[in-house]
Amino acid sequence: MLEIDNLSHVYGGGSPNAHHAIEGLNLSVAEGELLCIVGPSGAGKSTLLRSIAGLISPTGGQIRIEGNVVRQTPDNLAVVFQDYSRSLFPWMSVVDNVALPLRRKNMDKRQRREAAHEALESVGLAGAERKYPFQLSGGMQQRVAIARALAYRPALMLMDEPFGSVDAQTREDLEDLVLKVRGHHKMTIVLITHDIDESVYVGDRVVVLSKAPAHVVGDLKVELPTPRDQISTREHPDFVHLRAEVGRLVRGHAAV
Amino acid sequence: MSTQTLTARVRPAAATRWSRRAAGVLVFAALIELAARTGLVDRKFLPPATEIVGRAVTLAFDPVFGGHALTSLLAWAIGLGLATLIAVPLGLLLGSVPIVDAATRSVVEFLRPIPSVALIPLVALVIGTGLQLRVTLVVYASLWPILYNTMYGLRGVDPLAKESLRSYGFGAAAVLLRVSLPSSAPFITTGVRLAAGVALILTVSTEIVAGRGEGIGVFIFFAGIAVPARMIDILAGVFWVGLFGVLVNALLVAAERRAFRWHHVRLGEHS
Repeated sequence: MLEIDNLSHVYGGGSPNAHHAIEGLNLSVAEGELLCIVGPSGAGKSTLLRSIAGLISPTGGQIRIEGNVVRQTPDNLAVVFQDYSRSLFPWMSVVDNVALPLRRKNMDKRQRREAAHEALESVGLAGAERKYPFQLSGGMQQRVAIARALAYRPALMLMDEPFGSVDAQTREDLEDLVLKVRGHHKMTIVLITHDIDESVYVGDRVVVLSKAPAHVVGDLKVELPTPRDQISTREHPDFVHLRAEVGRLVRGHAAV
Repeated sequence: MSTQTLTARVRPAAATRWSRRAAGVLVFAALIELAARTGLVDRKFLPPATEIVGRAVTLAFDPVFGGHALTSLLAWAIGLGLATLIAVPLGLLLGSVPIVDAATRSVVEFLRPIPSVALIPLVALVIGTGLQLRVTLVVYASLWPILYNTMYGLRGVDPLAKESLRSYGFGAAAVLLRVSLPSSAPFITTGVRLAAGVALILTVSTEIVAGRGEGIGVFIFFAGIAVPARMIDILAGVFWVGLFGVLVNALLVAAERRAFRWHHVRLGEHS
């Protein structure tokens, strides 16, 4: 579904303080997979995500989505950013925020509203349509951002530290929300996080990146019983074992 | 997960605010009244406030003065409207295409400080002294606050908000229209409000300098050159201009508060 070949990206190429964010990164994600990417902070995770989304052009290598080389922002893709308060449009009601990207699709106003309503319902926000983002809590705002991505029905959903700015309880709720909605919508999800436990809890597969310049240093399959449960999954011996494994990989390569 | 309730900053009730403003106006009027009545100032130069207001009320029912007022209002409205129509797209262009901004900066910086009143003789020679003179100068002067506020607003647009829309495959034009423009709308509106005041000043002063035709400025001009000067007419005219300015400003402030609640909340002013 998603193939990344020998990707590299250099910021400020040519200058003496050029920053090599990514170098020689190879990765392939299967259709319908939920892949978590973890790595030490500053590892170039966001650079990777922005390259996949076509928001920046990597300086080397190639990214293909469903066989098509990414040159601009692909139209079968949606991104959920960490900072919901900045990525939602504060001058628009919740329903208008969710419906706006659907203008790219062949849908009339009524269809857009219906799709937005349905997506909001699936994230537990039925009834909040007429509210404005600033009238909602952080967790609810991030639900709106997720609903906006879902309504678009992307083949690939990218999530950049989506739960990094909410409290622990909300974080668990949102993790479960992602697991729930992926069951309803058949799509591939790539979720970037720096939280090792989260990556094991949510993912089908966890890929560990090295510190910058980033490349893949670990690729682990997560075979935990489904549906996942915040209490029992996290005490499962396999979970404990996997999180230790991922932790060692992250740490080992984060050490100076 | 709970809905955050935004507590409103404690503002004095509307009635309290209005009574304070009214008190200020009354004290000011009383001072003028007193200065004139006690002979501190010659009544020929500063008639008592009650007489000025009385004359202003009489003028309101005078069809000749009404004609002057309508002419001024027309020049003001056309000028401000045209300035907005020119300055907003221009600001969007300069604010989003750095090359154009760099290329035109020195010209803009040269033109901006020129007092519009200094251009009156030049413009009058080129296009005559009718409505077109007033409108041209009003447009010229009120362009700047709108242009600068639009550019300033654009600089403050969150890059992540633009990226969010871009990630759904929207192009640069769509991002400008759907993110940058609404995001800078509060700044643009403030620019228009400042320009409304500038436009009023320019309308009246152009009329006074041109000294012919119709308009409140023309009315004031003739009251001034009469022998003896009709000070009360000058001040009654000024009274209406000032009152109009206050009303327009209050209306625009109220509109801003209503339309851009999201903006004020974001700035942390829970109003």
